[in-house]
Amino acid sequence: MYIHKVVANLYRDSVSLMQLSASLAKLPGVEQASAVMATPANLDLLKDAGLMDDAVPASPNDLLIAVRGRSAAPLEAAIAAAVSALDKPPERPAGGGPAAQPPRSLQMGLAQTPEANLALISVPGEYAAAEAMKALRLGLNVMLFSDNVALSDEISLKKYSREKGLLVMGPDCGTAIIDGIPLGFANAVRRGAIGVVGASGTGTQQVTSLVHRRGAGISHAIGTGGHDLHQDVGGISMLQGLKLLSRDPETKAIVLISKPPSPSVAKEVLAAARRAGKPVVVNFVGAAQEAAGENLYPVKTLEEAAVAAVALAAGRRPARASTSKVTLPRIAFKKSQRYIRGLYSGGTFCYEASYLLDDAWSNTPVNPARKIKDVWKSQGHTLVDLGDDVFTRGRPHPMMDHRLRNERLLEEAADPEVAVILFDVVLGYGSHPDPAAEMIPTLLKAKKGRALAFVASVCGTDEDPQGLARQEAALREAGVLLAESNARAVMLAAAIAKRLA
Amino acid sequence: MSALFATPLSVLNVGLASFAEAIVQRGGAATRIEWAPPANGDARVGAALAKLVNDQRVEAANAQAADRYLAAQPRLEGVGVAREVLPGMGERMILHAGPPIAWERMCGPMKGAIVGAILYEGWAGDAERARAMAQSGEIAFEPCHHHSAVGPMAGIISPSMPVWMVVNPTHGNRAFSNLNEGLGKVLRFGANSPEVISRLKWMEKTLAPTLRAGLEVLKDLDIKPLMAQALHMGDEVHNRNVAASSLLIKRLVPALLRSSAPAQDVASVIEFIAGNDHFFLNISMAACKAMLDAAQGVPGSSMLTVMARNGVEFGIRLSGLGERWFTAPAPVVNGLYFPNQSIKDAAPDLGDSAITETAGVGGFAMAAAPAIVKFVGGSSQDALANTLAMTHITLRRNGAFTLPALDFAGTPACIDARRVVDTGILPVINTGIAHKEPGIGQIGAGVTRAPLACFTQAIAALASELK
Repeated sequence: MYIHKVVANLYRDSVSLMQLSASLAKLPGVEQASAVMATPANLDLLKDAGLMDDAVPASPNDLLIAVRGRSAAPLEAAIAAAVSALDKPPERPAGGGPAAQPPRSLQMGLAQTPEANLALISVPGEYAAAEAMKALRLGLNVMLFSDNVALSDEISLKKYSREKGLLVMGPDCGTAIIDGIPLGFANAVRRGAIGVVGASGTGTQQVTSLVHRRGAGISHAIGTGGHDLHQDVGGISMLQGLKLLSRDPETKAIVLISKPPSPSVAKEVLAAARRAGKPVVVNFVGAAQEAAGENLYPVKTLEEAAVAAVALAAGRRPARASTSKVTLPRIAFKKSQRYIRGLYSGGTFCYEASYLLDDAWSNTPVNPARKIKDVWKSQGHTLVDLGDDVFTRGRPHPMMDHRLRNERLLEEAADPEVAVILFDVVLGYGSHPDPAAEMIPTLLKAKKGRALAFVASVCGTDEDPQGLARQEAALREAGVLLAESNARAVMLAAAIAKRLA
Repeated sequence: MSALFATPLSVLNVGLASFAEAIVQRGGAATRIEWAPPANGDARVGAALAKLVNDQRVEAANAQAADRYLAAQPRLEGVGVAREVLPGMGERMILHAGPPIAWERMCGPMKGAIVGAILYEGWAGDAERARAMAQSGEIAFEPCHHHSAVGPMAGIISPSMPVWMVVNPTHGNRAFSNLNEGLGKVLRFGANSPEVISRLKWMEKTLAPTLRAGLEVLKDLDIKPLMAQALHMGDEVHNRNVAASSLLIKRLVPALLRSSAPAQDVASVIEFIAGNDHFFLNISMAACKAMLDAAQGVPGSSMLTVMARNGVEFGIRLSGLGERWFTAPAPVVNGLYFPNQSIKDAAPDLGDSAITETAGVGGFAMAAAPAIVKFVGGSSQDALANTLAMTHITLRRNGAFTLPALDFAGTPACIDARRVVDTGILPVINTGIAHKEPGIGQIGAGVTRAPLACFTQAIAALASELK
């Protein structure tokens, strides 16, 4: 028997068709094969060769593949092989030729890298939604680092992605780790059994770094962007992320991190978490504890989330949060010195601090009554998120550029009421290559001629480009009191302030 | 969505380059997109474009339009008279190149050529009266493209002029073009002196009937194989037609000798053709027009069917948007100029000949014609690079036109307006340059690009059509 395939309006020169014919004839179950342009002369040749008898409806512009053998299956396989071989057009000129043009669009990039499965988009906000939409339409998952994307665009992107079974992380998604690969601002952590879905970038960085510091690892950390749990978005990305991690065989325990969602979204997210089929640690930063389900583990801080996840992934029940004693430094403060001033580059760190220090003022307070009047001027205990839009307009983010924080730090140090300066140092990809070196001259200057406590935590790992140990050693050398996590740094600052009160 | 974890992460990075570096440092795969805001930063058009990417309606329409273009088989049918064969040709009508334009706004060469056509038709006795007549509004000026026709440079076709008739039996459409006058003082560059008019008369009285007699003997002349052969001989059948013209004359001479045409006429016709390396250009253009008209009118298609210039504006049409033109100011070509000429003397880009690029030859087939790149100041590598660049804005390869230098890959064909706007890669056009004053003629040649603004308008229109 023989079968034919007509590929309409496809031309290949006779030499490449002879090569194709020869390779088809070598396939198992194929006795004879021929690929030709369907000119009358070629059709006669095929008849003579016993590859066809009746007229095949093909024009000289069409390419005709004919194969002969004893059974249909191998012949159909041969035709399929031929069609896929023809799909790859000859491209490069012999002997080099001009270099391939770098891709100028997602579609062009996908043509060059057909195995691509995610677009990482960090273009200016006004163009970002369009690029994300193109990526989704091309079947790519999306991490949208860009901010300033309209909520309506976010909703339509996420609804479209849900329809297509794709994941949209963001907009305003700073951090993700997929297959162990850091995306955006992320720390270098080992791979492991803990999956994270985070609506907060620094929250995800804190949890993944602490997991790594405790010897465990991360399967995937999915970011959702800060608006995902907004009532109108409905947590689409968090729900998709949960679903992905619940199905992922490598993930043994899941951590959810977010500022408190709207109650209806929280309800839906927790319901989905209860169905995840594996333990889920929930840290709605700054929220009262939700009732737990059988597999749900609500925690108060990012550190507790990491600790609980490490235990659960190893099959243990998490220990109760330890209230280890803090050792207070011996510093001869003046009588006027009473207050803590927190200068944060990580928004979630600031928010967590605001939750733990409920009498502090802030530009992003957990309790709206503690909203500071003037973000440029501290009062009492004050916690400032320097990553707030007010501070970053026309200026790089404080994780990359320390100038603004250094200036503010000197101002706070000059305030006779200030006793403690609390801050975060964030390492990892995307952050400043040497934050300690950027800060230390200012710290030394601030401390000159007066008593002052610097309390900080460094969020990072030994595999980060900045090196956790190197950064910590330099800061300690400059007199900074370091805690392992932001929560512990806040508790230490609070203990110092309490003694001074 | 399991594809995200089921296959290894492979990232397309659009934006901050450092993100791609971090991915690669940690052993991941990242491809950097050299991104710039599409549509020249017009976010509204950018958003409209995003919704058209991989839109199944557009994909299906484009597949149909491209199939029709590829299946077209233009055939040289004969030589007719414009008033008799051009659809919609009026008795007091003159056709011109490019998108519609009023007399007042026309460039110098086009005005000069129109004056010449009026003199040729005998509608006025001298140039001054001809100009007054053109201004008076009693003559209708319409684009060649509105009458299934194309013309190089000024592209002037008046009712008495002979025209090539090309038929595409596959779809039954016809396309037309005027006959090439040669170089020097010629109507298409705006010359209208008595020698120009008398050559036009000779073309009408001697060239056309003789060719008609020869083609009757020759019967069918399939144009695509001839173009394909010329591509293998160093032509790109837009700005270099020396091989194609030679192949044509090789076919014509025996036919002319066997025909009933007087020997004297045959001799002068052969001399005329042999002395004009561009003689084939107008046939190439009509063939391209026939292939693209076959693809015209598929609703939803973003495929280009026309690129044309009138010396003031550059205009395009899309298969899916009917008769609408999308125009932008025509660029002045930054090419190589003949001695004593410079860009200051140049008319903006002119002529319907960009129909060749629209059909996947000309600049798109530059890999076939390294000689032309030398002419416009590039290397043979540039020729390959230009052709390869066009693969990123086209839907298909035309297997009928293969490129030896690219391992016999077909020329990139079927320009997708979406891809042009998305990548910012603009269609490349090989072109001659006319002097801005009428009648001086060609003053150089160069490689130019279609203006982006035409494409952004077209995309906005297509998006609102498909809403």
